[in-house]
Amino acid sequence: MRGRLALLALVALAALAPAAAAEQRASLTEIEKQVMCPVCGTLLQLAESPQAQREKAFIRRLIAEGKSEGQIKDALVAEYGDEVLALPQGSGFSLSAYVVPIVAFVVAVIALAIGVMRWRRAGKGRDEEDTPSVGPKGEDADRLDADLARYDL
Amino acid sequence: MLAVLAVVGLLVFGLISKGSSGVALGDPAPAGALPRLEGGGDGSLAEYKGKWVLVNFWASWCVPCKEEAPALEKFQRQHGGARFTVLGIDTRDLSSDGREFVRRYGLSYPQLRDGDGGAAHDFGTTGVPENYLVDPTGKVQWLLHGPVDERYLHDEVAPFLPEGKS
Repeated sequence: MRGRLALLALVALAALAPAAAAEQRASLTEIEKQVMCPVCGTLLQLAESPQAQREKAFIRRLIAEGKSEGQIKDALVAEYGDEVLALPQGSGFSLSAYVVPIVAFVVAVIALAIGVMRWRRAGKGRDEEDTPSVGPKGEDADRLDADLARYDL
Repeated sequence: MLAVLAVVGLLVFGLISKGSSGVALGDPAPAGALPRLEGGGDGSLAEYKGKWVLVNFWASWCVPCKEEAPALEKFQRQHGGARFTVLGIDTRDLSSDGREFVRRYGLSYPQLRDGDGGAAHDFGTTGVPENYLVDPTGKVQWLLHGPVDERYLHDEVAPFLPEGKS
């Protein structure tokens, strides 16, 4: 029984492996969305210029050679420079394109939180100053106590 | 406040770095190093100081570049030598396509490669082909934003060159 199960598992793995490999295979449609047509200044996906046609042919050729998406993008950078990438690379100075917005967002949230806290604290202090004292004080309080004592409530 | 100043600074830097490029007549021609299209290593316009150089920006996917290539080759054969050369700069092109273009048209003059278009930007090109005649001191003496032909080269460029075969 255990042997049969192991055999079944092997068969299933063998059947899934090509499907997984096919999923990872680079596609022109996906790469076109991530790279630029350097001459047109638009995404390659939207470009139909002669230069864009050659760039697409180059990508198709590399896909046919079995190159991965990363390898194809590296080859495009080698041909056209970093500006061929639609999104900045996640290293070196280009990394700041991702880091700066996050840092700016965090700083803005902290500044907002501090602002709200100060505002609430100031509001609370003002409330305490403005709130009238509860009940009579001094002679009035004594008189009230005396009046109340006269009644057996 | 600091953040606002930083953003304004970045915008100004962007404007300065993107704009005000390009050469005019009498300006020194940009002479940064570029990879050679064939044979490996780098080359530059500076190597040709002392010669007249017709800098030709081209790309294999450009139809007018195909039309002007034979005229440029003929002009190089007529005038190329110790005092003049055509210098091709293959810009925003696949290197394999560029090499194929050179073979197809039998171009014998030196070729550099400008894959990211940096040199084309420094010259202020607006497309391809574009031609710049640089004098022996490295200054631009004539330019044409478009293709040349045999007659144009004979009438416009040849008069700049020293008498006889350069």
